[in-house]
Amino acid sequence: MADAVLAIDGLAKRFGGVVAVDGVSLTVERGGIHALIGPNGAGKTTIIHQLSGALAPDAGRIVFEGRDVTRVPFHDRVALGLARSFQITSIFRTFTVLDNVALAVQARTGSSLSFWRPLAAETALFEEAHTVLERVGLGGRANVAAGVLAHGEQRQLEVALALATNARLLLLDEPMAGMGPEESERMIALIGRLKGTLSVLLVEHDMDAVFRLADRISVLVNGRVIASGAPAEIRSNEEVRRAYLGEEVLA
Amino acid sequence: MRRAATLAVLAAAIAFPLVATPLGWEFYVGFASRIMIYALAASSLNLVLGYGGMLSFGHAAFVGAGAYTAGILLTEGVPSAWIGWPAAVLVAAVLAVVIGAISLRTRGVYFIMITLAFAQMMYYVAVGMKTYGGEEGLRLASRPVIGLGLDLKDDVTFYYVVLAILAAALYGLHRLARARFGRVVEAIRENETRMEAIGFPTYRYKLVCFAIGGAVAGLAGALLAGHNSYVNPNLLYWTQSGTLMIMVILGGVGHLYGGLLGAVALLLLEEVFSVYTIHWQLGVGAILLAIVLFAPKGLAGLAAKHG
Repeated sequence: MADAVLAIDGLAKRFGGVVAVDGVSLTVERGGIHALIGPNGAGKTTIIHQLSGALAPDAGRIVFEGRDVTRVPFHDRVALGLARSFQITSIFRTFTVLDNVALAVQARTGSSLSFWRPLAAETALFEEAHTVLERVGLGGRANVAAGVLAHGEQRQLEVALALATNARLLLLDEPMAGMGPEESERMIALIGRLKGTLSVLLVEHDMDAVFRLADRISVLVNGRVIASGAPAEIRSNEEVRRAYLGEEVLA
Repeated sequence: MRRAATLAVLAAAIAFPLVATPLGWEFYVGFASRIMIYALAASSLNLVLGYGGMLSFGHAAFVGAGAYTAGILLTEGVPSAWIGWPAAVLVAAVLAVVIGAISLRTRGVYFIMITLAFAQMMYYVAVGMKTYGGEEGLRLASRPVIGLGLDLKDDVTFYYVVLAILAAALYGLHRLARARFGRVVEAIRENETRMEAIGFPTYRYKLVCFAIGGAVAGLAGALLAGHNSYVNPNLLYWTQSGTLMIMVILGGVGHLYGGLLGAVALLLLEEVFSVYTIHWQLGVGAILLAIVLFAPKGLAGLAAKHG
């Protein structure tokens, strides 16, 4: 456990009478891909919201790289190295693809209380943004408005924005959502390439992607982790089969 | 092309008093100063509303705070514009920080309502200041003194001072919009959650933007007090916030010249229609409706499309 990048202990969230997250504890190891799976409404996205800081937990502790970040605001967690993507694409649609990513670079390179010097003169910032775009395979689309990108490309940009923050842990909320098989394949390759350079907590419904990418898998049902382990263990876990996976995945 | 148009307009503005005075149109020099002061106020709202996407319905509070600060200093025997105007900017900025710090914790309709409520509170504060005119408003013995061999009591001199301030403010807005800060503010308008998610403390940036808008509005208020030699508490009334908002919408939300074009158009329309009918607001309303329906980017958007 010494090399845990993220440790969650007893995380809880309720909305009115509904318990969305019910005492979740789990550990994400450094450099690995940890998948969080479970049926709709299990509380996966609520956990991502709490880990990123978009939502305050009712109880529990979040420790990132040995530091308690439970009460740290959203934007400060990003500065610490904890960034997320969104299940529903959240980009700057009227900005160019390059400008989108350049903003994420701008956020971590000095103050933006600069009122006089033209941003366009900061070539280093845009060069760095370009590098990130190449990394996610959007290098050729830099000068297109983000809103006109194809759905799959917008999902790639979504990941690019998180990557450009220089995060050491990425929280990816269903990066494959709404993708065709070809686009999914490209995204799987992209996430695969990230392995080793940073850690990933991956929420995903595409079981093929999860079992190909993940080093560890946790299964969430009704706000509780019912199983956590290597993919092979999860595949053969009786309770997981009954609750979620069903027979087809295991065939 | 755009640069040429800008310089042409600036040249025309510089030439205007030189032509108007011999023709006996002194009244219009004063009128043009009034338009430019409103253009400054509307541009400051445009920074907040157009660039920053904050639907502030209380901008009149900052104009009023600036006007009263300058007016009170003048009444208390501080005639220098070098003290009165910066003081107006400072007081308006501090007020904007206080109001913004509270209001910016809310969103949407609540933000509109809370900024409106704060401005109305300030209106009643102004009305309640019996020493400084109360409901009657504050009459000023003279215009401020600026030195440098310039006499602000002369309408043409006052005109040029206002023109210089407006030109400087618009150039500042132009620089700001293209600098890091402008990019951040526009991106927050576009997608605030995403800005948080890439590490920007959005609340702080919005507050700075709100404060700059308030500060410039305060300067406009000080100029208006000097121009009229009078501070009317109605400057802080909520309909004044509405007027500024109409100017921004008419001129072009989030466009550099939106505030300027809107102020020119609205005050000219008012002047022209009111010659023919006391129901001039009906005519202005119809034109505003047409702009919103057929040119949602305002006059600046129209000009960009055909220019």
